[in-house]
Amino acid sequence: MKNAVISVHDLVKKFGSFVANDHLSFEVYEGEIFGFLGANGAGKTTALRILSGLSAPTSGKVLVAGFDAARDPEKIKKNIGYMCQKFSLYNDLTVRENIMLYGGIYGMRKALIRERCEELLERLRFMEYGNRLISDLPLGLRQKLAFSVAVLHEPRIVFLDEPTGGVDPITRRQFWEMIYETAARGITIFVTTHYMDEAEYCDRISIMNEGRIVALDTPDGLKNKYRVDSVEEVFVKIVRSGKISV
Amino acid sequence: MKRFMGFVNKEFLHIFRDFRTLIILFGIPAVQILLFGFVVSTDLKNAQIAVLDLSHDEVTRKLSGKIISSGFFDKAENLLNYDDVDRVLKSKKTKAVVIFEEDFGKRLIHNGKASVSIVSDGSEPNMATMTTNYLTAIISDFNRELSAGSAGSALLVQPEVRMFYNPSLKGQYMFVPGVITLIMILICALMTSITITREKEFGTMEVLLVSPLRPLQIILGKVIPYFILSFVDVILILLLSWLVFGLPVKGSILLLLVESMLYIFMSLSLGVLISTVAKNMQQAIFISLVGMMLPTILLSGFIFPIENMPDIYQWVSAIFPPRYFIVVIKNIMVKGTGFLFVWKETLILLLFTLAFIGFSIRNFKVRLQ
Amino acid sequence: METVVEAAGIGKKFGNLSALKDISFQIGTGEVFGFIGPDGAGKTTLFRIITSLMIPDEGKIKVLGHDPVTEFEEIRKHIGYMPGRFSLYQDLSVEENLRFYATVFGTTLEENYHLIRDIYSHIEPFKKRMAGKLSGGMKQKLALSCALIHQPRLLVLDEPTTGVDAVSRSEFWDMLKNLRQYNITIVVSTPYMDEAMRCDRVALIQDGQLLQIGSPGTIRDGFSRKLYSVTAPEKYKLLLALKSFAGTESVFPFGDSVHLTLKEGVTVQAISDYLEKSGVVGVTMRETNAGIEDRFLELMNRK
Repeated sequence: MKNAVISVHDLVKKFGSFVANDHLSFEVYEGEIFGFLGANGAGKTTALRILSGLSAPTSGKVLVAGFDAARDPEKIKKNIGYMCQKFSLYNDLTVRENIMLYGGIYGMRKALIRERCEELLERLRFMEYGNRLISDLPLGLRQKLAFSVAVLHEPRIVFLDEPTGGVDPITRRQFWEMIYETAARGITIFVTTHYMDEAEYCDRISIMNEGRIVALDTPDGLKNKYRVDSVEEVFVKIVRSGKISV
Repeated sequence: MKRFMGFVNKEFLHIFRDFRTLIILFGIPAVQILLFGFVVSTDLKNAQIAVLDLSHDEVTRKLSGKIISSGFFDKAENLLNYDDVDRVLKSKKTKAVVIFEEDFGKRLIHNGKASVSIVSDGSEPNMATMTTNYLTAIISDFNRELSAGSAGSALLVQPEVRMFYNPSLKGQYMFVPGVITLIMILICALMTSITITREKEFGTMEVLLVSPLRPLQIILGKVIPYFILSFVDVILILLLSWLVFGLPVKGSILLLLVESMLYIFMSLSLGVLISTVAKNMQQAIFISLVGMMLPTILLSGFIFPIENMPDIYQWVSAIFPPRYFIVVIKNIMVKGTGFLFVWKETLILLLFTLAFIGFSIRNFKVRLQ
Repeated sequence: METVVEAAGIGKKFGNLSALKDISFQIGTGEVFGFIGPDGAGKTTLFRIITSLMIPDEGKIKVLGHDPVTEFEEIRKHIGYMPGRFSLYQDLSVEENLRFYATVFGTTLEENYHLIRDIYSHIEPFKKRMAGKLSGGMKQKLALSCALIHQPRLLVLDEPTTGVDAVSRSEFWDMLKNLRQYNITIVVSTPYMDEAMRCDRVALIQDGQLLQIGSPGTIRDGFSRKLYSVTAPEKYKLLLALKSFAGTESVFPFGDSVHLTLKEGVTVQAISDYLEKSGVVGVTMRETNAGIEDRFLELMNRK
């Protein structure tokens, strides 16, 4: 029996009369790479906010790392890592200062942060960049560093919101190797992306459309079901069929 | 021309669609006027005064008794000599000192007149005016009673009013001119600089630049709506101060409006200039508020009389245009003087305007950096 | 074919950083020309030079037969430009945005409605909605309509598909294709390698330099080695094993498989043996055709 670290049951989120999340139910297992796909405005961001404890569900039961998103959002925040494309690190702090800062935010001991910091810089071959400002680093390096910082405190789950947008193809692949390696350590990866080839890298993917999860399976499973060759075609088929007006 | 009108139309849409902009445009001026107006025109009640009685006779006791029993004043203390006058006024609690000259009663009876000095704290001009007005009124009343009591020759107590710290009482009715000066620079400089930098921040400026619109059209298109609305504001403020506080414009209203237009135009050019320097809205707001609003409040003579400032501040205030407009508007509104008395300040404002426009055109880039 | 944009040896520096180095290309009338590369490659800077918003430090450029440095006013009449962030007025409605841009360019919505009908019809039902309240895909369509409203001869689109979902992206490219009938030249940039296939010709750009220019087919054919597509249920294990193999020239995850090139003289048999020895099970391996992204990776690695 796989161990579920995220378990969502009948999640509904409404904004006024608008239903952003319409009865979502799914589970994400420990150490899994879970791809969370959907069209623009399908409700991904809303769901992601609820899962990361930033927003409360209107109804339904959401357990993340064993804690209830409605009652214990603060405990959820302690047990997850979060990284998004736009904001990740402070541009006007150095690499080391950023690492120390985030370690401190998650209440890690100073000595432990220092140890992890040096370990991380070595692993990323980042030693020469340690005392440089983030704004001086190329985008690819920044994203890799942001990911490493998001898992610095060894969270049970890390949420990645379009982590590789605009990143060059080599760095993108190096980034995914880091994801694989992190998942192999038992940390669950919950990732959104617009790159459909990246969706293929995931263990399982869900596809949202108009507030609902309309497909959830392994990439191969979905391809077989829709009798197509790529996740992209699956995605296009699903979203097109669900489109009413736009 | 159609292009240009389309642009102006768009600006009006921005303004009327944004609640906050409307509040700043019309809410703040009205609130400011009412706020200043009411704070300033409160009635006098139990104001603390001190008495320096160098005569100590029956008449002085009677007069000071009348002053205190009027209900408007409380006697804080009796002073012993002139040195104390400065001390108590500086303490700020005492609003005025009433000084009876030596042999007050004797002189009144023998010479038919005696003088009483009223010394008030001119650094609070409004309070000073009120205290002295009330005091002189009480003294006149006292004179009437004296005359009624004595048959024949009239006895006269002559009040001599003196202001400490601000002798010519320049703060009188300063708030309406001050508010107009402040509001215009706030709306014009702040709002225009914000609306232009907003286009930079949202990336729409890039598209405008890559359009056949000329820089001058873009700038004028931004400026004209605010010019119109600011002018409406001036009229609104004047109307409010006239209707609510009965404050008339003593001089020519036409001259006042023309001068206001000049000042608005100058503030708008300043706003454009700020926007050519500022990279984003945050910077524009910072420059407008810290760079313009604070000096306007502190250095233009709006609150603190320029004459009483240390030399260095007087020089610094010389480079802030609001200072000159305050002189112009005060002369026209309060003193009722004509253009001959304000042409120098008008010329200075005109020069500022031309300089701002010149710098703006030089700074406005048809390209990105 | 008439040349619409002609650049020779363009260079641009920001302080010490050189954003563009020796860029040369020609774009013909009616072409859909794509600049493909990651963020920071210099695409936006190049587009700003084409639209006369920036002046290059080196080299020569002609746009629609004019010099963007001295004759920018001529160029600006005939250009439609969509900057990286959709430049819409968030507090104006869909229709107001469109009408505004129409007046600015001295035309009306009615006059050129035929041009944008296919695109605008998607969002017309929402024409009273504020632009700020639109979804990403709708914003993108509105921004394109605004850039097209004056029937420009050259349409410059800076990353129009970034942050937009795969379906909207695909629809967007279909719309661009439809614009061909009006003989509008389209210059477009994107970080998505797969979108290269939708262009007539593309230029691969990285670190301010052009890696290669050509039709998508030519660029793929430029891939010089035999390319294998390898799969296994345990992808990460497979990847690590291939990385540690001495005969591997390059190995990259690619969708559901791993793309592999081998060093000279290394046989497929050798690699199968190695994988078996490393305990990777269920391996499939077949030759495959290189895509634009394979070529991009090859060119990047060569540098």
